[in-house]
Amino acid sequence: MTELLSYGFMQNALMAAVLVSLASGIIGTLVVLKRMVFISGGVAHTAYGGVGLAFYLGVNPIFGAVAFSLTASFLMGYVQRKTRQRQDTLIGVMWAIGMAIGIIFADLTPGYKADLMSYLFGSILAVTNTDLLLMLAVDILVISLVALFYKELQATAFDETFARVRNLPVDLLYVILVAMIGLSVVMLMRVVGLIMIIALLTVPAAIGAMYLKNMKHIMWLATGLSLIFTVGGLLISYYFNLSSGATIILVSGAFYLGALALHRFCQRCPE
Amino acid sequence: MTEIKSATQVEIKNLFGGYDNETVLEDINLTIHENDFIGLIGPNGGGKTTLLKIILGLLPYKKGSVLVMGHPPQKGRQHIGYVPQFAIFDSDFPISVFDVVKMGRLSGKRVFQRLTNEDDAIVEEKLAWMDMLDFKNRGIRELSGGQRQRVYIARALATEPELLLLDEPTVSVDFETRTKIYELLHDINRQGVTILMVSHDLNVISSYVKTIGCLNRNLHYHGKKEITEEMLKSGYNCPVELIAHGLPHRVLAEHQEGR
Repeated sequence: MTELLSYGFMQNALMAAVLVSLASGIIGTLVVLKRMVFISGGVAHTAYGGVGLAFYLGVNPIFGAVAFSLTASFLMGYVQRKTRQRQDTLIGVMWAIGMAIGIIFADLTPGYKADLMSYLFGSILAVTNTDLLLMLAVDILVISLVALFYKELQATAFDETFARVRNLPVDLLYVILVAMIGLSVVMLMRVVGLIMIIALLTVPAAIGAMYLKNMKHIMWLATGLSLIFTVGGLLISYYFNLSSGATIILVSGAFYLGALALHRFCQRCPE
Repeated sequence: MTEIKSATQVEIKNLFGGYDNETVLEDINLTIHENDFIGLIGPNGGGKTTLLKIILGLLPYKKGSVLVMGHPPQKGRQHIGYVPQFAIFDSDFPISVFDVVKMGRLSGKRVFQRLTNEDDAIVEEKLAWMDMLDFKNRGIRELSGGQRQRVYIARALATEPELLLLDEPTVSVDFETRTKIYELLHDINRQGVTILMVSHDLNVISSYVKTIGCLNRNLHYHGKKEITEEMLKSGYNCPVELIAHGLPHRVLAEHQEGR
């Protein structure tokens, strides 16, 4: 174990686990409570278009991912709020188009493209110092915004109509939230890959929401669980030589099923 | 029956409203006076919820004018305590009763401010009034329908409103709870809060409200408690349903009795 910790890539991976868990715990709670899981999945996949484009242009894929992810967040957020019909279809179509753009640009880019795979399936062991700094920046932004607007975010998540009647800035809060989702998605992409982002964003918060009734507590529990899943998955994948992203998700999935079974078993227990 | 003549809180003139290409409300005129307790009845799809949404500034209207406390709805609504329709809630949301009622203390003007002990005291006071203080640390999802409804009324009261707007407050609660809720509303009204309540729960409504209106695209409202001949003759669903349910005599205008 100590030997493991002496590796630079492992230190980076553990730091990434902490930073990513903060974002997934906090934003994941809002995503789950506001029922925005599908949008988050859409944003994640659309972001791949940005990764492909950035590869083609020869710039850092993170910038492409951020640009596509934010654009997708706003577009999908707009669709979810403004169109009454077929919102899931529209979001699904954007989801697929984004992904396809990424693949086409990857085709057009000459040379070795293995790195593109790491955005699909994640590679926490390849996290660089630059990545860590970006993650830290996103965390600081997310924590500050959520702390600043906590009571309003909670109110709009619970009952948007009432919040509107109280003249809370409901639309502004929504824009802030989708932007935070977009940024968190890019962060999570490094760790578990875009295909599996939904799991890490939703499982910890969903477990928290099963047992707790205070949004702040759910955020903390989700952060803790996310950290356990990421580090646990990372260690298992290291010792058994498995893909880290997929192992992390399977650990989360196992916990989720366990929590669900326990919750069913004792409907009213630890509230 | 007494006619109420006091300060005007809501003034609606020649209002047309609805969604996209569909007009649900036609030529509505309604003046809500301070301290009134209006029961608005009418069939489903008759525009009751639409009218509430317009008063609350949640839905733009097509024609006419709406003033709430002398202001356009989006400004005047800060003086309205809103109790939404029970069914639309995510009943599984993880939040405590206390935190739900605390939402009533939020407002657009206080976004960057912390809530104070004074706010907490107001929350407790309203919970106690609604007989729900013992439940303040419970999760909202652990409550029965009637208990939850009282929490939402407490939340509306926590805004310290001049006017309380309720959309079908007794849907899906049992008869005893229904009576309890109406008793509480009666008490709230006595303490000086005007109430506009939408419901199709006619029998009970009649014994608690001060005035009755009937809404089915058009509004029949005369600031009285009687159902007028005009309402009956017009063939709208509500008075018919009302008679079928065996309405207490005093609700009907005198010349309608014995019919």
